[in-house]
Amino acid sequence: MTSGTTEAISIPDEIDRLVRLDGGRLLSCLIINLRDFQLAEDSLQDALESAVMHWSRDGLPGSPSAWLMRTARRKAIDRIRKAASFRSKSAELAALIVLDNAASQDDETEAIADERLKLIFTCCHPALDQKTSVALTLRAIGGLKTEEIARAFVVSPDSMAQRLVRARHKIAKAGIPYEVPGPDGWSQRLDAVLAVIYLIFNEGYAASSQQHLRTELCVEAIRLGRVLTALCPREPEVEGLLALMLLHQSRCATRLDGLGAIVSLEDQDRGRWDRGLIAEGTTLLERALRRGRPGPYQLQAAIVAVHAEGASFAETDWHEVALIYQTLVAMRPNPVFELNHIVALSYAQGPGVALDRLATIAAALGAYQPYHAVRADILARLGQVEPARRAYQEAIRLSGNDAERLFLTQRLGALVGARQTPA
Amino acid sequence: MKYMALIYRAQDSSPAYGTPEFGPFMAAYQAANERFAKDGVLVAGEALEASSTATTVRVRNGRTETLDGPFAESKEQLGGYYIFECDNLDDAIRYAAMIPTAAYGAVEVRPVQDLTRS
Repeated sequence: MTSGTTEAISIPDEIDRLVRLDGGRLLSCLIINLRDFQLAEDSLQDALESAVMHWSRDGLPGSPSAWLMRTARRKAIDRIRKAASFRSKSAELAALIVLDNAASQDDETEAIADERLKLIFTCCHPALDQKTSVALTLRAIGGLKTEEIARAFVVSPDSMAQRLVRARHKIAKAGIPYEVPGPDGWSQRLDAVLAVIYLIFNEGYAASSQQHLRTELCVEAIRLGRVLTALCPREPEVEGLLALMLLHQSRCATRLDGLGAIVSLEDQDRGRWDRGLIAEGTTLLERALRRGRPGPYQLQAAIVAVHAEGASFAETDWHEVALIYQTLVAMRPNPVFELNHIVALSYAQGPGVALDRLATIAAALGAYQPYHAVRADILARLGQVEPARRAYQEAIRLSGNDAERLFLTQRLGALVGARQTPA
Repeated sequence: MKYMALIYRAQDSSPAYGTPEFGPFMAAYQAANERFAKDGVLVAGEALEASSTATTVRVRNGRTETLDGPFAESKEQLGGYYIFECDNLDDAIRYAAMIPTAAYGAVEVRPVQDLTRS
């Protein structure tokens, strides 16, 4: 009796765990089989409900994922049958044949990997807006729940659900093809796919500590990056993006202090950076650069790699960092890259040079928190305490999350402390 | 499936009759039309008279009300359309991008509803 109760309690937990580990693969396989996002989701939901009932009674099957997959397919066939009077006979038949074929080749992982690439390209079609693409990719490939995606975007679950419904509707009705584009459409699409994966990563990386989900977004983005590098070998920007994410992720454990405040690059404990991730990222980046087609992701990865090589903040090769930023700004003019270039210059050539350069992007970045934080830091290093204090206050006002606010408040406190100490 | 490509442009944005650019612009339209026909995607297509010639009609309580002008007052107005028969949105977008006015205004691509499909 006791064990029965324990089991009844653990089955939903077990299902939760399964969905977390394998939900993305299950859902994307179903979407691939059915060519219908909504039907795939509904059928998987049916299968999960059925699992709660059966597993509580009979115990866990030998391969829970395979059980869910089989059951979801059967549920899909049921749903198609029920809806058959509203559909043409041929569409029903075609779907059933696809399902039958799919059921007989459950473990053809390579074919599935290839199909998952098509699914990523479908989710990231340029006819969808980028925010929708991110959400759809997280849902279809990552298997994240609508509520989790809504939390990541800081919107209500209802509005996220509506956004996803609209996207699925558009894919079906507008005839967004379910394929990897041909050579002429490849580069534009790949850009969108890379941008979406990096947005997913940043959504997790730039977040505060209290949101556990967001670390998972980084892990998910890296996993997608790995899928993509396996599926499109010899694409240097794909390797560059994965290298960039791995190198960023290597600092993960040192980015927040005990209070949940952001720890600046200067103050991070480099002994705790993940050397394994750094080695993997660096190797990948070198392979990409050898292909002789540099791009923005490779250059950004190269900058993080230079930081990873530096024994300390002071010993960083700032001239190299500044040079790479200069190349990056020339390739992709962008005030945020320019801001980072100025930070590197402030260490390579001095804060005075940097302060002059900051004025040139003031108009573009006046409402951007990091601009004011950088300006405050540069002013403080020049000994201009009062302007620095005002810049920190402006940065705090513009800050979007607690971790940043705590960090900036600490810096402001240190500044005021410095003024009170006779030099 | 069928797609309608709706061509929008501001009144004086594309080359006007009598300018040196007008000839090549018209030639580009002719080349595009030939390409659409050759690829077998062209179902229909026409240019419209200026939106100043438009009349908007509504029937309310059985009474026909007419209004001088287009349905929506905006800078960019519907100037013509094509209907393409294409496999998917990517193909439709590719053909829409060949419409010369796309370089001056905008082309909205919409699937035509197919009532024989669910």
